Amino acid sequence: MDIALAPETLARWQFGITTVYHFLFVPLTISLAALVAVLQTAWVRTEKEKYLKATKFWGKLFLINIAMGVVTGIVQEFQFGMNWSDYSRFVGDVFGAPLAFEALIAFFFESTFIGLWIFGWDKLPKKIHLACIWMVSIGTVLSAYFILAANSWMQHPVGYRINPESGRAELTDFWLVLTQNTTLAQVFHTLTAAVLTGGAFMVGIAAFHLMRGKHIPVMRTSLRLGLVAVVIGGALVAVSGDVLAKVMFKQQPMKMAAAEALWDGEERAPFSVFAYGDVDKGHNTVAIEVPGLLSFLADSDFDSFVPGINDVNKAEQEKYGPGDYRPNIPVAYWGFRWMIGFGMASFAIGAVGLWLTRRKFLLPAALRTGEDERPHLVLFRTPLSPRLTRLYWLAGVWTLGFPLIASSWGWIFTEMGRQPWVVYGVLRTRDAVSPGVSQAEVLTSMAVFTALYAVLAVIEVKLLVKYVKAGPPELTEADLNPPTRIGGDGTSDRPMAFSY
Amino acid sequence: MQLHDVWFVLIAVLWTGYFFLEGFDFGIGVLTKLLARGRPEKRVLINTIGPVWDGNEVWLLTAGGATFAAFPDWYATLFSGFYLPFLAILVCLIIRGVAFEYRHKRAEERWQANWEHAIFWTSLLPAFLWGMVFANIVRGVEIDRNKEYVGGVLDLFNGYSLLGGLVTLALFTFHGAVFAALKTVGDIRDRARALATRLGVATAVAAVGFLGWTQAAHGDGTSLVALAVAVAALAGALAANIAGREGWSFALSGVTIAAAVAMLFLTLFPNVMPSSLDDAWSLTVTNAASSPYTLKIMTWCAAVATPVVLLYQGWTYWVFRKRIGTQHIADAH
Repeated sequence: MDIALAPETLARWQFGITTVYHFLFVPLTISLAALVAVLQTAWVRTEKEKYLKATKFWGKLFLINIAMGVVTGIVQEFQFGMNWSDYSRFVGDVFGAPLAFEALIAFFFESTFIGLWIFGWDKLPKKIHLACIWMVSIGTVLSAYFILAANSWMQHPVGYRINPESGRAELTDFWLVLTQNTTLAQVFHTLTAAVLTGGAFMVGIAAFHLMRGKHIPVMRTSLRLGLVAVVIGGALVAVSGDVLAKVMFKQQPMKMAAAEALWDGEERAPFSVFAYGDVDKGHNTVAIEVPGLLSFLADSDFDSFVPGINDVNKAEQEKYGPGDYRPNIPVAYWGFRWMIGFGMASFAIGAVGLWLTRRKFLLPAALRTGEDERPHLVLFRTPLSPRLTRLYWLAGVWTLGFPLIASSWGWIFTEMGRQPWVVYGVLRTRDAVSPGVSQAEVLTSMAVFTALYAVLAVIEVKLLVKYVKAGPPELTEADLNPPTRIGGDGTSDRPMAFSY
Repeated sequence: MQLHDVWFVLIAVLWTGYFFLEGFDFGIGVLTKLLARGRPEKRVLINTIGPVWDGNEVWLLTAGGATFAAFPDWYATLFSGFYLPFLAILVCLIIRGVAFEYRHKRAEERWQANWEHAIFWTSLLPAFLWGMVFANIVRGVEIDRNKEYVGGVLDLFNGYSLLGGLVTLALFTFHGAVFAALKTVGDIRDRARALATRLGVATAVAAVGFLGWTQAAHGDGTSLVALAVAVAALAGALAANIAGREGWSFALSGVTIAAAVAMLFLTLFPNVMPSSLDDAWSLTVTNAASSPYTLKIMTWCAAVATPVVLLYQGWTYWVFRKRIGTQHIADAH
């Protein structure tokens, strides 16, 4: 069969497309839930109207995103069975449990309280309504935790044994699956990346309005909140990335060697800045490197030995039998770089912005601005020129997409870097597909999902643009007078505060 | 009773929860064309399930996840075997979820009308397909010695499964009409009740045919009891609806769904997916199950989490207990 249309290839493409697409919405949902909760908390505590306006504005964008996250998540739950039935049979005993936990503990939480939050403005007292968005936020984090525990088990299987009778993986220590260092590092890395993503989303949109001088009170507040999220998220995503890399150097040396295009192991291994290589011959033809840095990243020691692609390939051939155990090296190498590059670009833009818009006690008195004035961007003691100011606002707008690109590449890197394994060292991807599903069926489903997702992407982006441009809503009497009783006050015929 | 038997029951409970809750959601979706006159009434119907449909759908994800964890082979054979029906269901659920959230976000007539068509079709189709899927499971499909489904997609279309599809479609639409009568106020409430009576009669005819067929082909003493409960509850729901006891009618249409699911699972046990090729190749609660350790952990999780879920999900229904009518629907977007 033509390799390009082999069911394994098609199933992998489908999984890649649907998962990367799903994961555009996931980090946004995780972080916007928390950021909206922060804004609503500020509203409840201070009763300043700008916080309520901000809550409503970002809440709307959050809902447009979470709708897509939820519906594309349904596919994730079922495509293991549809396209990867041999995988499901082999690992269901281990892998199914965190998925079931995720549904039972996190999904119910998230989806029930999101319904209460959306429709609850005129049905719930202020503080209970606020509690609902915090519940949603907790739900999103729990959900991330369980699914990352499942994924970490694919990267580094622990707490299981192979049943000699059935030949399948069986869970022996669930606690270990939930708490192994791979899981903890991945959760840390993914959640901090989410904070960066949501922060950049806020910065981008706030910068867009501030550049045009619109909706200033709400957007000033949003910009600062977004910048703080970008800087905290960006700094921690770097720290957690370092932690995760050190874990992977030990557990998946092939992936990290591929990430660096390090063909042959060496002491004082260099960090590659740019490489162009020959995969068949197994060496680089062009390489720009920083000596010793890779050893330091892998093991906190500039002189450590780091094994190369050829070494690991040989070791795995001895362990698992003849074959090619190398992933797609260019994808791993460049995926790793795009991830870091876009993530850190966003962090840099955020850090610069946080300084440029710093609080008034750090500013000369003449440059301080009121809540309804556009902030000056002040480098040291003078504001930036109009041209540079505009340039910064544009950079702010552009940063909106950077973390999304970074996390997409991060997943492509970590999943493709694990190949040819689906469960590292235990099950090969080619042995995981559904044997009974025909090429025509997989092709159909891949085509259907791709077309559907493309159409939905257009619809979603257009809606986002519409609501971004519209800016924060005007507040009504009902907004400012929330009910005091659960279920709403009185039996009035007032229209609902929110209806579909 | 061993743990894999417990999980067989729990999976049946999860599907019951799903069909009970998303059953009326699907019904409401179908009724937007059958019952509502004009957009304000359509919106009244959609808003009766607005705050809850998403939570209701999680019962499906939980049923899927629990099947994956407790019976990996069942999950693998079912979803890879019934590939195209599940693809259709997934596509419907994706479009449907987005339709609820996005329909009101633009004022243009075409935008809203398109999403309304989408809500109708993506509610109708899964309501039918779920019945078809479960009828095929009960009937038995071509499963080989390796637990693989070896039939074609056309084998899933047969008289029994098509009747099963019609029954779930009719039953969910009836359940939805009863729910609409319970949750709305004004003219639409009266018409919902009147329509529910007609739908209930149609459902009764189809359901008695399907469940009778099931009993004759696969049933035993216990399934006969479930069948009797289902039929009695359906008759009760119909009578309560005619008498204007909307709460009772809704509870009893729910009991009908629960009893029908129970009956299908009782006829299956101890199989989970019988093979029509050879009895020895059937998937059973023993040969498709996970290890006792996994089942034990899952049991703890379910025992702790399920009551909490029921509590806060139930609380949601209480928060949104007030009936709604066209006067409650704002024109603003």
